[in-house]
Amino acid sequence: MSWLSDFFGDPANWSGPDGIPARLLEHLEFSALALALAMLVAIPLGLLIGHTGRGGVIVVISANLARALPTLGLLVLFVLLLGTASILPVIIPLVLLAIPPILVNTFEGIRSVDPELRDAAYGMGLTGGQVLGRVLVPVALPLILLGLRLSAIQVVATTTVAAYTGLGGLGRFVIDGFATKDYASVVGGSVLIVLFALAVQLVFTLLQRTTVSPGVSRRVKVRQVASGRETT
Amino acid sequence: MGEPLLVRLIADGPPSLWEWIARNWDTGRVGSIKDLLGDHLVMSLVPIVAGLVLALPLGLASARWRWLYQPAAGVFNVVYALPSLPVFMLLISVTGLSKTTVIIPLTFYAIAVLLPAVVDGLGSVPDHVRQSAVAMGFTPLRRLVQVELPIAVPVVLAGLRVVAVSSISLVSVGALIGQGGLGMLFTRAYQNPFLPPVVVGIVLIVALALVADGLLVLAQRLLTPWVRARRAS
Amino acid sequence: MITFDAVTKRYADGTVAVDNLSLEAPTGEITVFVGPSGCGKTTSLRMINRMIDATEGRILLDGDPVRDIDPPKLRRGIGYVIQQAGLFPHKKIVDNVATVPLLLGWDRGKARSRAMELLERVGLDPAMGERYPFQLSGGQQQRVGVARALAADPPVLLMDEPFSAVDPIVRTSLQDELLRLQAELNKTIVFVTHDIDEAIKLGDRVAVLRVGGRLAQLADPKTLLSEPADDFVREFLGHDRGIRRLQFVGTDGLRLRTDLTVPAGFSGGSPEPWVLAVSDDGRPLGWLRGDGGGGEPEPYGTFRPGRDSMRSALDAALLSPSGCAVAVGADGKVVGVATREVLDAALAEAADG
Repeated sequence: MSWLSDFFGDPANWSGPDGIPARLLEHLEFSALALALAMLVAIPLGLLIGHTGRGGVIVVISANLARALPTLGLLVLFVLLLGTASILPVIIPLVLLAIPPILVNTFEGIRSVDPELRDAAYGMGLTGGQVLGRVLVPVALPLILLGLRLSAIQVVATTTVAAYTGLGGLGRFVIDGFATKDYASVVGGSVLIVLFALAVQLVFTLLQRTTVSPGVSRRVKVRQVASGRETT
Repeated sequence: MGEPLLVRLIADGPPSLWEWIARNWDTGRVGSIKDLLGDHLVMSLVPIVAGLVLALPLGLASARWRWLYQPAAGVFNVVYALPSLPVFMLLISVTGLSKTTVIIPLTFYAIAVLLPAVVDGLGSVPDHVRQSAVAMGFTPLRRLVQVELPIAVPVVLAGLRVVAVSSISLVSVGALIGQGGLGMLFTRAYQNPFLPPVVVGIVLIVALALVADGLLVLAQRLLTPWVRARRAS
Repeated sequence: MITFDAVTKRYADGTVAVDNLSLEAPTGEITVFVGPSGCGKTTSLRMINRMIDATEGRILLDGDPVRDIDPPKLRRGIGYVIQQAGLFPHKKIVDNVATVPLLLGWDRGKARSRAMELLERVGLDPAMGERYPFQLSGGQQQRVGVARALAADPPVLLMDEPFSAVDPIVRTSLQDELLRLQAELNKTIVFVTHDIDEAIKLGDRVAVLRVGGRLAQLADPKTLLSEPADDFVREFLGHDRGIRRLQFVGTDGLRLRTDLTVPAGFSGGSPEPWVLAVSDDGRPLGWLRGDGGGGEPEPYGTFRPGRDSMRSALDAALLSPSGCAVAVGADGKVVGVATREVLDAALAEAADG
């Protein structure tokens, strides 16, 4: 416990480029950047593959393969190959590892929409784009958001590990503290990262609650309609 | 750090991986590839097995008493969101710089994936099957062992495949506290910039994951012959 | 009017789903496509709104080839009802019904009030409009499906086995509801089913298709039952063809006897073998022996002359020991008795005609 008060109680840890606010902001920036880039690639691709039904097998196989890739190994490989002149060698594996959860869940979400629903939508005269935007995406939203949440968790964790290869963010406290046997920094940084991860989890859970239609999540208070005319 | 190795790679061509492997496979000292491979297997297999052993009773209890499921799943859902590195670090003060420090969090991640798998698996038993087993006079335990668990096997094994692959790859993060199995090749390569250890490490970990995945697919075929028969017909 | 002009659908693998189909679905009538699975009935239906495109031949909608119309535009003018209703789970019932009006650019208020009106029309409480589809029973969802198809008041309605996933009691009420709606709306309806009884009940014209997508017979239900074109149609129609045909024979011409009723306290003395005991307010109580023997009134069956068919009258007769059917009015009071002789004569006439 004294490590925690040493770390959070030290005013030097609250200012400057290696203070808690700056590191927190860095962690947020890198995570958000990687997640945004991954979304930019994975969501359209997942929608396209799910909507057309082509290439699904490749998506599933490559996603399974991606799960087997060790994050630390990938980070070290890219940094060794491309050097540390920019953060690009770190961001590339971050994005690569963030893509599969979004891609797979978006694809699965769209693909698993009841074919009758798709049929009804086309049958009523919706165009292909309208069917995707107004029917398939809202119905697949729980899975799409699940993919985003899993990916966000992954990115936060990978960003932490990436501190080892020189990236900023909260991982610095842990990595640098471990290297210099500054255990207050290690424990304080670890607690910060855990809280950060929980906050991310909470944000995505709230996002799910607010954006998914109650008709899809079935999260709705059943107001019994008084009716004597329900014949069925 | 020196110049990007890509430049040298293009200039000199790929280094000889086989030669590096041969030299480092079994040096007789701590840290040989063979040694690290053994460590890696231990640190990934223990969480897979322990996770399954713990998730089964927990899942059975959750399926039996539904009120238990929401809080249990909620807790493990939160656990799953915790990044491994800070959890390793926080555990050091309890379990030291040992394999256990890596094994414990990975076990919890495994339970987080397997608990819903067990509950969903048991939920996939059609009600009419359960009812007819009751009607035929199965005792609850016999019904569980002979009817419900076999039907739940495909869903549980699907979860186990996810657990196996991600455990094998996650162990390598342990290298940052000196307990990473094959992950130690990554830190070694980073400290002394050299490509072969990274490439060999990645390839071995992916190969290990694929082998584990393949074995589980095989296990599923042997345990649930009816699934394949149905697909073939 | 919808016209099939030598329409063939052949898939890439060579299977022929519909083979040289030519027929007309007249305006304001219900045309039913019926047949076993694999007869191409659904394919034929789906070619009308271009969910599937024909390989050869033309389909005309009031003289215009559907192939020349952009599919979304075509479909917005055609109501479409499918088996599981296909309601959008993420939208409230009222918004489901308002889908096509909104696509057509109606303003929101108008579309919603139209949707509410339609819910009422298909027999649902408008308060249900605020619910989501998962909160409705299968039968209610199917009613919403019909309301949604009618929302933009399209002249044509395509219905693909719309009632086959609900239980028989609900199915009957949905069928009655459709007939009632059709009497008000006079849509041009093409209805697909595998259930020959449903086809006969709903169809103004019934097209029986055989496996391989060839038309076996196109006729009104009565002709279909009395003059099946071949063995396939005969077998598909199944047993009891003769009895079932009686549902197209009216009962308004039946000569009813009014001298067979007696008051509740009857104690014998009639020359007839059976007499009908009637309560003070004119309702039937049961059959009694004319000589006063027996005791308790025996069971009886009723029909409403003019409204019910000969099939119902015959059924009523078979339910009573006297072999006579009790005719009642809309208020349930006895208006007379159709004796076995009268029914015999009517059956003989029906068999001739």
